[in-house]
Amino acid sequence: MKFVDEFRDTVKAKTLTKEIQKIAQRLDANKITQARPLQIMEFCGGHTHTIFRYGIEQMLPDNIEMVHGPGCPVCVLPMGRVDDCVALAERPEVIFTTFGDAMRVPGSKKSLLQAKADGADIRMTYSPMDALNLARKNSDREVIFFGLGFETTMPSTALTVLHAEREGITNFSLFCNHITTVPTIKAVLDSPDMQLDGFLAPGHVAMVIGERPFDFITKDYHKPLVITGFEPLDILHSMWMLLQQIEAKESIVENQYSRIVPPEGNAPALEALTQVFEVREFFEWRGLGSIDHSGVRMKKEYAAYDAEEKFPVPNLKIADPKSCQCGEVIKGVIKPWDCKIFGTKCNPENPMGALMVSSEGACAAYYNNGYEKKSA
Amino acid sequence: MCLGIPGQIIEITNADKLTAKVDVSGIKREINIACIIDDEHPPERCVGDWVLVHVGFAMSRIDEDEAERTLKILEELGEVQEELSAMQNSA
Ligand code: SF4
Repeated sequence: MKFVDEFRDTVKAKTLTKEIQKIAQRLDANKITQARPLQIMEFCGGHTHTIFRYGIEQMLPDNIEMVHGPGCPVCVLPMGRVDDCVALAERPEVIFTTFGDAMRVPGSKKSLLQAKADGADIRMTYSPMDALNLARKNSDREVIFFGLGFETTMPSTALTVLHAEREGITNFSLFCNHITTVPTIKAVLDSPDMQLDGFLAPGHVAMVIGERPFDFITKDYHKPLVITGFEPLDILHSMWMLLQQIEAKESIVENQYSRIVPPEGNAPALEALTQVFEVREFFEWRGLGSIDHSGVRMKKEYAAYDAEEKFPVPNLKIADPKSCQCGEVIKGVIKPWDCKIFGTKCNPENPMGALMVSSEGACAAYYNNGYEKKSA
Repeated sequence: MCLGIPGQIIEITNADKLTAKVDVSGIKREINIACIIDDEHPPERCVGDWVLVHVGFAMSRIDEDEAERTLKILEELGEVQEELSAMQNSA
């Protein structure tokens, strides 16, 4: 418990850890964790980051393991998609804009950062609204915003498109690569090599979509789920709630983060989403392959703002490099250090796989926190 | 980009376009407030509100205490500097 002193409320942290230990002992005594440890997945990269920073995994009893899920948007960008971005960005009339996180993700030939060094007009923006501002100021150029992320960032790009429409700005378009949480969790649950026992669900996704979309996980798959905040105490608290459900053989959606997450989600945000986006039949992920209904595209009515309609997009499918084992890490089948090139050919300075790119990726989290060697 | 950062709304810059100026740890910038308003909480009542800002959009109203705690956690996670410099240097 070497990190417990850093918690905002150490007394609470210690109490929660003790309660978690107690339930874990009872689960063990009742032979629930006899065959294998419980596998709890935190879906969101933000949670992964907190879990590593505060050493939460080490505070958990041996019969509880954490599986770090695919909820880091830049980590699951396939190489082909990065190549598409580079192709768009290298068009002379285009100013290509995106969030900083996406710049370093390796493509099959180069990352956006390398394309920028080679002369493409690529600019990092904090917000899609900044990209729209660029379009206002550069009426002779085409400004494309590369929109990525789960439901947390989706409202921002939808609202920006609606702004552009209202103002009649015609040189702005969105390269829409948003992905959706619920179909992805479903794919993870359907994956034959995974045995999950419960979920810490992403708090900020739930802030937008509300509690109900998670119902099928508890009702159809009978897995307990707790919508979780991002403080270390939130994670411990949610873990405790989850274990209580497991002990009681219950599976319901609980909301630990109700101070931010309204049960029905955010109405204006949801309205903007349904106005601008529609579900894609399938979407390609790095490491996970194609997942049905896991992405959105822009509706026909917004074709004028859709980069895929305005420009030729190569839409290449590039297989992940052979030596990369990102997919197995995302699915929790292996730990990052089991990847043959972890820390050697693949490191944060020189990422081979996307899980090394962002501080929310499991491999970077292991590397940056010194989990370099397998400890016995 | 997924965690967001707390800030305080200091001024409504355009009530039609639903934009406001927010102060995030001393850095001021314009954000969109479409997601935090409704009939009971129109734009003009947003001044002074603490909000969680995700990529330039206020996504949730929070209390001051929550704002303070969140900022501290983000600092410990090493996310504050990154977020602030992205805000400042954007485009
Ligand atoms: S070490 Fe690199 S290549 Fe291996 S799984 Fe992690 S990110 Fe992928």
